[in-house]
Amino acid sequence: MMALTKDEVQKIAHLARLALTDEEVAEYQHQISDILDYVAMLSELDLADLPPTAHAVGHLVAQQNVMRADIVAPSLPMDEVLHNAPQHAQNQFQIQTVLDDS
Amino acid sequence: MSKYEAVIGLEIHAELMTNSKMFCGCRVVDSVEAPPNTAVCPVCLGMPGMLPVVNAQAVEYALRVALALNCTINLHNVFARKNYFYPDLPKSYQISQYERPLGIKGWLDIELENGETKRIGIRRVHMEEDTGKLTHLDGGGSLVDYNRSSVPLLEIVSEPDIRSGEEARAYATRIRQILRYLGVNSGDMEKGVFRVEPNISIRPVGTAAFGTRTELKNLNSFRVLADGTDYELVRQAAVLDAGRQVVQETRGWHEGRRETFSQRIKEEAEDYRYLPDPDLPPLHLDATWVEEVRAALPELPQAKLARYRADFGLSAYDAAVLTEDRTVAEWFETAVSIPPHLNPKTIANWVINELFRLMNESKQSIDDIRVSPAGLVELIGLVEKQTINNNTGKEVLAEMFASGQSGTAVVEAKGLAQISDEAALAATIKQILADNAAMVERYMNGEAKLRGFFMGQVMQATQGKANPKLVNQLLGQALNQAEK
Repeated sequence: MMALTKDEVQKIAHLARLALTDEEVAEYQHQISDILDYVAMLSELDLADLPPTAHAVGHLVAQQNVMRADIVAPSLPMDEVLHNAPQHAQNQFQIQTVLDDS
Repeated sequence: MSKYEAVIGLEIHAELMTNSKMFCGCRVVDSVEAPPNTAVCPVCLGMPGMLPVVNAQAVEYALRVALALNCTINLHNVFARKNYFYPDLPKSYQISQYERPLGIKGWLDIELENGETKRIGIRRVHMEEDTGKLTHLDGGGSLVDYNRSSVPLLEIVSEPDIRSGEEARAYATRIRQILRYLGVNSGDMEKGVFRVEPNISIRPVGTAAFGTRTELKNLNSFRVLADGTDYELVRQAAVLDAGRQVVQETRGWHEGRRETFSQRIKEEAEDYRYLPDPDLPPLHLDATWVEEVRAALPELPQAKLARYRADFGLSAYDAAVLTEDRTVAEWFETAVSIPPHLNPKTIANWVINELFRLMNESKQSIDDIRVSPAGLVELIGLVEKQTINNNTGKEVLAEMFASGQSGTAVVEAKGLAQISDEAALAATIKQILADNAAMVERYMNGEAKLRGFFMGQVMQATQGKANPKLVNQLLGQALNQAEK
């Protein structure tokens, strides 16, 4: 019932930097709409008195206020830092020029 | 500009001076000086499977700021992911706060040039993480250094209450001073540890709707903030006067041409798709702890300044100079508190006129100097007891500053004690008058200003050590006698 338009699917794809074919757009149009419909079932419930839940386990006391003391721990050695970098130079990650279109 | 009203809001980003990063144990290093990528780990490199854990000290620092800026504190804090693609952000999202920031609805009073006070609203103060740094290569491509990635960052967003470049400067300067008082940020704008970004628009006077805004970035001083903002206001007015539209964009400041230039046009509203970060459970601050942090806040600069004026009788200027830096203010207050409790104005004069001069000349900060508050009080005591005169006092202070010796030790070692021996001074004066009979003659004939010459001769003969009051008195007597 909450059918997304093709444009909305294209926009979501762009935000995720995905290039979709027309067939894929049609497919995702259905899939994403179905997911939204499923989640929309929540709005059938009266949740006025329930505080918003930001985290799956955030309501458990043991999972609240998990913090660490401000203590320095060792960082990675350089060969491990750059190990997975497709390209690097001067101990830095080397990348293609980026046109910022965020 | 008279047809238009400026509407300016400031976003301030300030790194927090913790030892380790916001969500991992990597050391916070000087991102300008440190060798690239030497303080990084899987967490701040955004590697798969990493788990961030909040730095408790960063939360306390952020809380200090939110409290000092009179914010309402949200006890229930949620961290959110702000999604965007840019290589300075290895996770493709920045951990920030969105719906439940730490502080909201704060305010800060600023002083305007006409002496009036204006209250600027503070919309929110929230915690987030800084990003890495890109260096663009001449031949294309960029290098990325992630040392700065995940350094604790505070964002302070004002309401659009600011109306000019000067107000923007006054607000930002005051915020920086408060952060330094709180010991959470060095305020270094050159290194980008403290960054100010104004959002600027104009609207016809008397209208309520906001005009299209531009954002200024990469302003590395308060002067550039004020000049860039004022330039932008004039530019936007000219655009509207020409019947055109202001384009929503990010602009930079060109120092050589002294004008702003377009950096990036924002064609559509940003879509950051904020969502609660599932890696970070909510943070429930204990109300008791919040009150403990509030109680432990230092006296802030504006309260200090008011107290210096009311309790110490200092001028607005002197009080402002002494409260500019918290360490200087505390040094001064220590001096004031030491028996015999000299007049604070006297101490203020010595600090501002003499100590600051010596510090400027030697490029030392108050933390570096070898003169202690007690040392200065002792020295001023020597002057007040007339053991040395005022000018000798200044020389002694310079020597104390250079050698770290006490004032008394310098006076003894150099035989600088003031000569207050009446008989000896009278004899010196008699000799000088006798040696300068012609001058005495001219003085008798009405050249009253020659009295200064005799005074100078006496001071020279005593290497500046004579008690000037006594010399003045004895010289008067001697000249009177000569007249008879």
